[in-house]
Amino acid sequence: MSDTTTLRPGLTRKDFASDQEVRWCPGCGDYSVLAAVQLLLPELGVRPETQVFVSGIGCSSRFPYYLHTYGLHSIHGRAPAVATGVALARPDLDVWVVTGDGDGLSIGGNHLIHALRRNVNLTILLFNNQIYGLTKVQYSPTSELGKVTKSSPSGTVDHPFNPVSVALGAEASFVARTHDMDRRHMMEVIGRAHRHRGAAFVEIYQNCNVFNDGAFEDITAKDRRADMLIDLRHGEPVRFGADRSRGVRLNAFGEAEIVSVDEVGEDALVVHDERRADPSLAFALSRLASGPHEPTPIGVFRAVERPVYELALQAQIAAATERGPGDLQRLIESGHTWEVPGPDGDGEQRVG
Amino acid sequence: MTDTTAPSATAQTLDRVVLRFAGDSGDGMQLVGDRFTDVSALFGNDLATLPNYPAEIRAPAGTIAGVSSFQVQIADFDIATPGDAPNVLVAMNPAALRANIDDLMPGGTLIVNEDAFEERNLAKAGYASNPLTDGSLDGYRVHAVPMTTMTIEATKDSGAKPRDAERSKNFFALGLVCWMFSRPVQPLFDWIDERFGRSPIVRDANRAAFSAGYHFGETTELFETPYVVPPARLPPGRYRNVSGNLALAYGILAAAHHAKLAVCYASYPITPASDILHELSRHKALGVRTVQAEDEIAAISIAIGAAFAGALGVTATSGPGMDLKAEALGLAVSLELPLLVVDVQRGGPSTGLPTKTEQSDLLLALYGRHGEAPLPVVAARSPSHCFDVAFEAARIALRYRTPVVILSDGYLANGSEPWRFPRIADLPDISVPFATEPNHTDDDGTPRFWPYQRDPETLARPWAVPGTPGLAHRIGGLEKEDGSGNVNYEPANHERMTRLRAAKIAGIAADIPPAVVDDPDPPADLLIVGWGSTWGPIQAALGGLRADGRRVAHLHLTHLNPFPVNLGEILRRYRRILVPEMNLGQLSRLLRSEYLVDARGLSKVQGLPFRASEIAARALQMLES
Ligand code: SF4
Repeated sequence: MSDTTTLRPGLTRKDFASDQEVRWCPGCGDYSVLAAVQLLLPELGVRPETQVFVSGIGCSSRFPYYLHTYGLHSIHGRAPAVATGVALARPDLDVWVVTGDGDGLSIGGNHLIHALRRNVNLTILLFNNQIYGLTKVQYSPTSELGKVTKSSPSGTVDHPFNPVSVALGAEASFVARTHDMDRRHMMEVIGRAHRHRGAAFVEIYQNCNVFNDGAFEDITAKDRRADMLIDLRHGEPVRFGADRSRGVRLNAFGEAEIVSVDEVGEDALVVHDERRADPSLAFALSRLASGPHEPTPIGVFRAVERPVYELALQAQIAAATERGPGDLQRLIESGHTWEVPGPDGDGEQRVG
Repeated sequence: MTDTTAPSATAQTLDRVVLRFAGDSGDGMQLVGDRFTDVSALFGNDLATLPNYPAEIRAPAGTIAGVSSFQVQIADFDIATPGDAPNVLVAMNPAALRANIDDLMPGGTLIVNEDAFEERNLAKAGYASNPLTDGSLDGYRVHAVPMTTMTIEATKDSGAKPRDAERSKNFFALGLVCWMFSRPVQPLFDWIDERFGRSPIVRDANRAAFSAGYHFGETTELFETPYVVPPARLPPGRYRNVSGNLALAYGILAAAHHAKLAVCYASYPITPASDILHELSRHKALGVRTVQAEDEIAAISIAIGAAFAGALGVTATSGPGMDLKAEALGLAVSLELPLLVVDVQRGGPSTGLPTKTEQSDLLLALYGRHGEAPLPVVAARSPSHCFDVAFEAARIALRYRTPVVILSDGYLANGSEPWRFPRIADLPDISVPFATEPNHTDDDGTPRFWPYQRDPETLARPWAVPGTPGLAHRIGGLEKEDGSGNVNYEPANHERMTRLRAAKIAGIAADIPPAVVDDPDPPADLLIVGWGSTWGPIQAALGGLRADGRRVAHLHLTHLNPFPVNLGEILRRYRRILVPEMNLGQLSRLLRSEYLVDARGLSKVQGLPFRASEIAARALQMLES
């Protein structure tokens, strides 16, 4: 087929929608994330064949089927590793990982932290709904303590992960949070994650309206957002509230705490700096809320430049090739070799 | 592809090893040589020894003139000599190295006391530079061990003064060698107790040093092999020495070259497969991309991702890692992507015997996945054969878009033999085209790409790599609709897809060489069927049996799934079939169930290869029944 996409100006959302029927539960937050990504891709000016979406197992991991791009729905927890392989073979492509709180932080926790540590050029979207949906109501590693589910009838005794803190602890070079109720914010944050060179981690608060409905309602409902979401902006004092009367400062221990701006003055507030090499500030901000029921920071926590894994490996290959392209024949003949003469020679030779 | 190395006669002397201990006259080399000989005799080996010490009672320490050595050949058949070239040399100082290194066979194992390689000793031995670091020992497998330091450390509690403790280092060396050759240790402790009973400090120091050496071998997973590259009549050509792991790495490189693909190799360190990673990671100039993955599952997942993106994805491991890779291997079966998975087998279950060989992963390779998940399995028979098998595995994987398991084992991996290496340019092209065009038209005339539209001949699906315009598609581990590849749960479709996947693998039988039986005077009274590294001992046994006028045939399988098309017909020609395996009868079970023949197993699971005599004895027993 001739390349129909090259010359086509301006792709639209339709160009990134596959012909497959979307099968999430009606009202699921996954729909709004899908819409945000389908709207974002044309905005990013990319072509469908240069995008590769890799996922694991779970509701969110069906995501690739609904996008008209290359996609690989892999096995539970392994998407970051599979995606690493794609990026290694084709550093020129844009590789995405779509995962969930169970897939990415439970069974696949190891792969997630190592992909972040290596700084593979991946855009990782972690849909956090604090529950296992596909297997029908077991608690996840982000479920709040005491959560009653089918597998925890007396309430969980597991302390949950804070995904942003985990990513920061894993040396991620880009860490952000957004939520499924605000398409504009999702598109902005995911767009920035996509433009980041290296592993970009985005936690998306996603409502599972069937098994964990309203998990984030306290902070994401339209009328609560202004008071409960702290939208981080690089270079600006951290302030929030409908009247912007509240803010965040660091105490003597370096912990972030919420204060009244009137009481402490704007100068006492912490000025957000996502580019700090040291992740302490980002980490302190990630600890501000212990669950989605208190004022919670969203937006970009951290965005720093670090060597990209597959590019560093390519550079090594380029440097080696520059010193002289490899010669396989010479390689296998390296070291000590000897000739065993044929019948015309002085007979067969004893070797050993 | 056929073998590039003719089945050489390495077999006759496969079960022998020549060892030489060399050190200063004061180092106690004769004593450890004697002890090693003694314990080997107890172990049931035939042996012959060659002590060699300076004429002077007190030659100057550290000089060539003062070197004392002891050579012993151990074997499991009648031998008459202590052997020509040692396979293993233990050198306690530079002079001992200098005096003996020229005798060590190419590729042989060299164990040196690293502590003794300091300037003064090097000068006394006439070395201008340190041979341990100047590359002059590159042709050998060198283990530089700080024996003096470790001996002093180990004997701290014995009460011996450091100067005296240091003298126990010969027992450290002995312990290490006993580990390498699986010698029983109790007789040595008994001997030490008896000999040094009257000086408890010396006794305890020697015991401690011996244990330390033995444990050093164990904990550093020093993997040795009694495999020998023996005197042999070889077909004419140019040769080098090669180990199984090295040959495997070269085979992967050669396959990638002729497939016109980049190698993406991901693995997690594991004995005895790590050397493949070490080797491949050195060849960046050949475009090889290697990843030391965070775990075994990541390693295969990375290789799968790379295969999806159009590279030659490869991973290697040993038994425990194969267990971990099972789910991802099933994914690769379902995705129908080319992939190479190398299993360098070792003793199991669980951690088992990490440094000892076994063939107990055959059924794991064939069946170790949930669901109906068939894949091709090939096995190498000798170190150099690993090259051919890697190439053949890649050919199958690419042509049929399937994961292929390559079975090697600890002995093949670490053992070496002369290899008549090929001219790379003479190897066949195994490249396959990527899809470039839609392959289906909708009823309304819209062109589409169907990722599971199969080639009618091979049943392989098209390989459309990301980046190709117009072919964007989604695949995954869920069942797919025949053709379109869309997720599909319909009963009839699942059965059709299950059968198609099976038929694709079964069909490979028509594309592999027929089995060739070595039977000079058919039909022999007994057929020995083997796979993998039992090839050497079977050939050795065959030599003896035939010399005695017995009519015995040998068939050695490289392709274990699917089997060669003529295998059943060959098996049915023989009245008696013997299958020696380093497991409890995995191939024999397959042959019995597949072909309804009375294949009898001969099992050995001691972490050691068969002795030719063991196979010959069982063969005789069957011949007389
Ligand atoms: S179970 Fe929950 S997360 Fe899954 S599709 Fe339904 S609503 Fe969405």
